Amino acid sequence: MNAEQASNTLDARALQTTYRRLRSRLSQWVDRSPRIMFLLPAILIVLFLSVFPLIASIYLSFSRIRLVRGGYEITFVRYLNYRKLLKGTEERHFLGKYAEPSDFWKAVFVLLVIFAAYFVVYRFLKHLRHNRFNLIFIGITLLFSIGLAWLIPTTLTGQLLPGTLEIRELMGKYGNPPSLWRTTIFWSSIGLAAYYVIVQWINHAPINIFGFAFRVATVGFAATLLWLALITLNDDGLPGTLIVTFIFVFIGIFFQYTIGLGLALLVTQNLPGRRFFRVIFLLPMMITPIGIGFLFRMLTDTLNGPFSSIWRAAGWADFSWVNTPFGARAAIIIGDTWQWTPFAFIILLAALEGTSQDTIEAALVDGANRLQLFRYIILPQIIPVSTTVVLIRLIEGFKIIDMPQALTYGAPGTASESVTLQIYNSWRALDLGGSAALAYLLLVVSTFVAVVYVTIIRRSLLERFQ
Amino acid sequence: MKLMKSMLVFIIVAVIAASNAHFTAAQDKPFEGVTVELLTFTGPQVAEPLQRRAPDFAELTGAKVNITTVPNSDLYQTMLTDLATGTNSYDAFLFAPQWIVDFAVPGYIEDLTPYVENDSALEWDDIAPFFRDFSATFEGKVYSIPLDGDFHMVYYRSDVLAAAGLEPPRTWDDYLAVAAALNGTDMNGDGEGDYGSCISKARSQQSYWWIISIAAPYIQSKGTSQGAFFNTDNMEPLVNNPGFIRALEVYKETNKYGPPNELTANVGDTRSLFITGRCALTLDWGDIGSLAVDPEQSVVQDKVGSIVTPGSTEVLDWETGELVACDETTCPYAIDGVNYAPFASFGGWAGSVNAASDQKVKDAAYAFFSYMSQPAQANEDVTIGRTGYNPYRISQFENLDRWLENGFSEAAAIDYLGAIEASLNNPNMVLDLRIPQNQRYEQVSLDLVLSQFLAGEFNAEEAAQEIYDRWDEITEELGRDDQLNAYRATIGAE
Repeated sequence: MNAEQASNTLDARALQTTYRRLRSRLSQWVDRSPRIMFLLPAILIVLFLSVFPLIASIYLSFSRIRLVRGGYEITFVRYLNYRKLLKGTEERHFLGKYAEPSDFWKAVFVLLVIFAAYFVVYRFLKHLRHNRFNLIFIGITLLFSIGLAWLIPTTLTGQLLPGTLEIRELMGKYGNPPSLWRTTIFWSSIGLAAYYVIVQWINHAPINIFGFAFRVATVGFAATLLWLALITLNDDGLPGTLIVTFIFVFIGIFFQYTIGLGLALLVTQNLPGRRFFRVIFLLPMMITPIGIGFLFRMLTDTLNGPFSSIWRAAGWADFSWVNTPFGARAAIIIGDTWQWTPFAFIILLAALEGTSQDTIEAALVDGANRLQLFRYIILPQIIPVSTTVVLIRLIEGFKIIDMPQALTYGAPGTASESVTLQIYNSWRALDLGGSAALAYLLLVVSTFVAVVYVTIIRRSLLERFQ
Repeated sequence: MKLMKSMLVFIIVAVIAASNAHFTAAQDKPFEGVTVELLTFTGPQVAEPLQRRAPDFAELTGAKVNITTVPNSDLYQTMLTDLATGTNSYDAFLFAPQWIVDFAVPGYIEDLTPYVENDSALEWDDIAPFFRDFSATFEGKVYSIPLDGDFHMVYYRSDVLAAAGLEPPRTWDDYLAVAAALNGTDMNGDGEGDYGSCISKARSQQSYWWIISIAAPYIQSKGTSQGAFFNTDNMEPLVNNPGFIRALEVYKETNKYGPPNELTANVGDTRSLFITGRCALTLDWGDIGSLAVDPEQSVVQDKVGSIVTPGSTEVLDWETGELVACDETTCPYAIDGVNYAPFASFGGWAGSVNAASDQKVKDAAYAFFSYMSQPAQANEDVTIGRTGYNPYRISQFENLDRWLENGFSEAAAIDYLGAIEASLNNPNMVLDLRIPQNQRYEQVSLDLVLSQFLAGEFNAEEAAQEIYDRWDEITEELGRDDQLNAYRATIGAE
């Protein structure tokens, strides 16, 4: 055996060892990985099914689609579809017609924004020690966030306070906000963030720049929506589909929750026939929404509907309440409430039946009255479920379409048209890009509302009651 | 190869058809086993005669015609998506002939010229020239068979107006005056006040054409080729001007004299209000004339007069953008100082055939439309109110017998046909839009803004500006020069 042979044998042995090691690695890996091996295709399919349409529809919202022979033709038009909605021919339809609100409402707006800034931003910093330096910081933070919250909506809608009218003229009707304003917004946000970081660092406090930015943005976004509501919901203005949808969602949920809770409380009492009513109260939820739309359309028809004789006897033959803007919206809210109160009812009923009897009995022994019993014993126990019910209805509510479509067709004019109905109408008019853009704006708004609700409102409600 | 083959089949069929002109009435059933899928809008009018006569046609030819209906506001999109994507679930369409441009240019619908040339039973020359030209023909080729003739007219209760000592309205101001004077009068003897004017104003229905009838006499005064929609120089929409704004104001003022639910009433609702004696005036297509004599529904037989849509004594000066009084130069076609501009709204339902269907099916589909349009069938259908079909054949105007058989008194028939003929023969008649994608201008944009305007969301100036912006945006998107050329060609502007 010469040296060469020896080295060959060594090599062969080394090779063998490596091979053995590799094989055992592979077998180990195979042992470990079937989970991934079997799951991966499924995950890929799910990703494809859920993510691909999302990306494709984002692309569509930046395109214009035309039907041509043999299919369709897609042209990339950049942000034109969005500009049409926010600053173009669909602006009035989607956002509404603007008019300056009265001084009273302006004052209400300022107070609400200060309250929101305090509630959302200041409370985020409440771990700060109250030395003079921190007080100054808090003051500046509040001022900054109010200023920012003010700037964003007013520049977006071009509606400024009196005294700044010359700036509005500067901006023109559909022009972009002037660079002065954009620069101000940009630098004040940067400045605010830097200030926050420095002060937290000096105080040895944790720095959560994302949380801070989210909260400031929340105030800005909420202020924008509020400002939009104020400048469109007055005598000279006209709410667009966005604000109308908010009206449906918030007023509808308020009634659905309160009536549902009331009914659930009634059914948990030992009243005769409660089992029967438990079933009866559930029925509306089982009916197709579009059917309920047509049902209410018939009921609200004051000319040929079932109540027409009563209506005529009352001397209102020449008046049709569903043909007024707020009448039409009210009719839709009534129909929606009729349908979805059972949902709140059934879940709150389950929550009420799950409350612990011991604490209730203990409270009764201690002499609590019914109001105190509800406020201090029952409410804290059903708050988690309540906030979940509201969240589910909130997400569902933004998609309302059947009721306005069947009940009023969005009439009179567009007074009762929801965003989803507007999406449907523009899709039906073959404006697929425009309807995709609108659908994305609705997604942004409803996601924002849901996230704010979960992270800020729901959390603080739970903290308060538990 | 496929093209050659289909051409060969076509030639054979054409030869057979030519050698046997009355092929639809042939002894053996030529279309045995053929099924035609036909798409039209949810009537009940318009679809009714198709559904009623399809079994007769099957009896005669063996072809089974299935009729599918969709809401009026979905018809265009359903057709376009079906044809463009190559789904081809429908072989035949009964639709608005003003949309022909969008279907003929890409070649979705069959050129029916050879069919018509070889079909003597159709009596093509009997169809009034306007409908042959406007409803059926595009760029010299026949693409559709008219089954309906459409004009806006004003109907009035002759007994009620006479009792109040009022004349039928000549201008839109007269219309408002008559409506105001008669609003609240009991017109059907039930002791309750009725309405001065009923006009259907529901969104997503067929309401968006009325405003054009009202605006046209203020805008178009120099003959059909002047046009009433766009400036023929630069495609600027003719809506942001005192004439159109005045028309919007008139339109809105009619709300005051109408039923409380007028904003959600469709044409079916207002027609039934009028023939049950609840309105003094109404604006409609030709349908009320024949509905009013239907003894089953109507309580106003021989109490209805029909007139050309009212005119105006002031017209828009296109140069200055102001309203000026009518004189010989401003209104060359004025009658007694009133400029009339009757509006051939919509053009009447017409049938087209899907070019992608099998030749046998295309023949059967064509044969069905031909059958529906032949005088033997059509001249009866136009006299029946519920069909929704209005006269479009010369023989229908000249021969009163059919009208009298179906319940018209001679006076009523002469009055009704006279109003249509007067519209048809008016040199200042207004043609409906036929430019590419006219459906977006009218059915999508105009319809939306009008509904917002009527609901009080816009004042007249804002609404006019809004229509202007939306129309201009569509023009811009589709190409201003192309649209302008198309527009000039369709109205015959020099």
